[in-house]
Amino acid sequence: MWRFLVRTIASRLLLLIVISIVSHTVIHLAPGEPTEVDAMNPMMKAEDIARIRKSFHLDDPIYLQYLHWMKDLCTGELKSFRDGLPVVPKIWERFLNSLPLFLCTTVIVWTASFPIGIQAALKRGSRYDRGTTFVAYTLISIPGFFLSYLLILWVVRSFHLPVIGLRTFGTEGEGGLQRMMDRVWHLVIPSLMAALTGIAILSRYVRAQMLEVLEQDYVRTARAKGLDEDHVVYGHALRNALLPFVTMFGLLLPGLISGSVIFEQIFAWPGLGLLGYEAILARDFPLILTLNFMAAAITLLGILLSDILYALVDPRIRLE
Amino acid sequence: MSIPIGPSPVLESPFPAHADAEALGIAETPAQQLWRTFRKDRLAMLGLYLLLALVVVALLGNLLTDFWVVFDPKAVRLPDKLLPPLSAASRALAKDLQPPFHRYPFGTDELGRNVFARMLQGSFVSLSVGVVAVSISLAIGVTVGGLAGFYGQRKLGPISVDSLLMRFTDVMLCFPTFFLILTVVALLPPSIYNIMIVIGITSWMSTARFVRAEFLALREQDFVTAAKALGLPEWRIIFRHMIPNAMAPVLVSATINVAHAILTESALSFLGFGVRPPYATWGNILADGRSYIFDAPWLFLIPGAAILTVVLAFNLVGEGLRDAMNPKLRKRAG
Repeated sequence: MWRFLVRTIASRLLLLIVISIVSHTVIHLAPGEPTEVDAMNPMMKAEDIARIRKSFHLDDPIYLQYLHWMKDLCTGELKSFRDGLPVVPKIWERFLNSLPLFLCTTVIVWTASFPIGIQAALKRGSRYDRGTTFVAYTLISIPGFFLSYLLILWVVRSFHLPVIGLRTFGTEGEGGLQRMMDRVWHLVIPSLMAALTGIAILSRYVRAQMLEVLEQDYVRTARAKGLDEDHVVYGHALRNALLPFVTMFGLLLPGLISGSVIFEQIFAWPGLGLLGYEAILARDFPLILTLNFMAAAITLLGILLSDILYALVDPRIRLE
Repeated sequence: MSIPIGPSPVLESPFPAHADAEALGIAETPAQQLWRTFRKDRLAMLGLYLLLALVVVALLGNLLTDFWVVFDPKAVRLPDKLLPPLSAASRALAKDLQPPFHRYPFGTDELGRNVFARMLQGSFVSLSVGVVAVSISLAIGVTVGGLAGFYGQRKLGPISVDSLLMRFTDVMLCFPTFFLILTVVALLPPSIYNIMIVIGITSWMSTARFVRAEFLALREQDFVTAAKALGLPEWRIIFRHMIPNAMAPVLVSATINVAHAILTESALSFLGFGVRPPYATWGNILADGRSYIFDAPWLFLIPGAAILTVVLAFNLVGEGLRDAMNPKLRKRAG
């Protein structure tokens, strides 16, 4: 177990370095310079541009730029091109905004998918099963922002709920409870909409997994023993069907950074996705690269986590 | 994953021809077997019919919009801005600008362009974005997976070809895909080809893994050994004997990837990095339409419904194929 851990972590670190080199190269070789974003500004003189380029090491060869980036990232001194603020605190602040949205969405997806999927598997071929299948495919196939716009219109018109941003403007003077409820509404509506697609996908997996397990010999044995149906389904079948989902927990993590660009854009939610979008528009290389790097690191961490979780839950699996 | 619609009683009726063939021990080809199972899946067949209709519409639409002036999607008719669907064209228009039958089936947009003509043109562009992107990803995926599966044991210095290629695949899998697409599309000069290429080179990884797994299994099969014993050249073994046998799971993921590519294109359009004018795609008609969601909801609803239908059709066909190829399900259905 420990040897496995040391070896995987070492190889993952190597992978991470390769990823950082690749993403650095891709972004620096692509056309478009940070100094060109405001090309029409008459206040930008040639010597200013030269000064800016020099201070951000833009004239150095690309491997030196990479080393500068890595050094600054490790010492925490990496500055954004756009406003000269340190990148890491900036990302941290946005991360704190993204986290509640991500957690809320995840909780909704995981609590809703299992009952829906299990029911569909138990009533295979029934009207309920066919109905949920069709709805699930529809939700998977609909462009996310199209659905959200329609739902926003519906929610705002029929329930008069606030949906845009972190909080309603002008509520700063209200009482504590009022402010909290306002924030909760602002959080729940986007999470629900972001969760819809997730529920559609995950409940399909749950259904397929349950169908697979329900046909196993040990389920037949449990039934033959005369156990009641609830015990068979939840005690014997579901527990085994859950195994693959343990690994999915680890793979959820990357969604924190990249999964939310569209939804944060729709709801003007100042999170990581929106930060990345703004950074791309401004050609803010350090910020883009650091976000990419962190996303890759989180993905690798998630894979490692799911490997370990799997070994912990399933005694048949040995990590070597 | 399986589609729960069981075989309907009508379709379940025994096929005498097949029964005879089976009784005589004449095996059907895998393709026939696949089609027989696929045909019983009503949702998947619905998807297939929709796709066939779409291909016809896209090809026909491309001809119409190119060669028939009244169907020109770029024709601006300012007197007829934001007309709802089925409304009549104003008589003030010049004769060659009049739409067919003096009607706009899907209404007009903020410049008085015929939405029906734009949707027709968009169907071709959207479909080709999906198909070209997936072809690129298939080409890369089959090459990488095939090389890793067939020549995996060869050594390149200290590491084997297999681990080199598969580690590279892992690297690609670790990138946040949509974020990467967004970055590259935003940095590159805007063009429809760049979008196809970028979507293609960020979505080949699953194909590569499928093909590698299939190749590893196929390499040990008797017919490959026989082909080697016959002294066939390696390229012939790979292209003639192994790739056709490895295509089944690839076909499924390709179908579903086309759906993904169309959705990605519309998401890029939404963020302002989509296909630029003069090309109309369903994605950018939808993204532009959202500004008029109160005044002219058809500009938003029509392309949205069109994308939904087509992506749904691709997904249904993909899932139907997956089920038809699953031997466990096939036994049950057949």
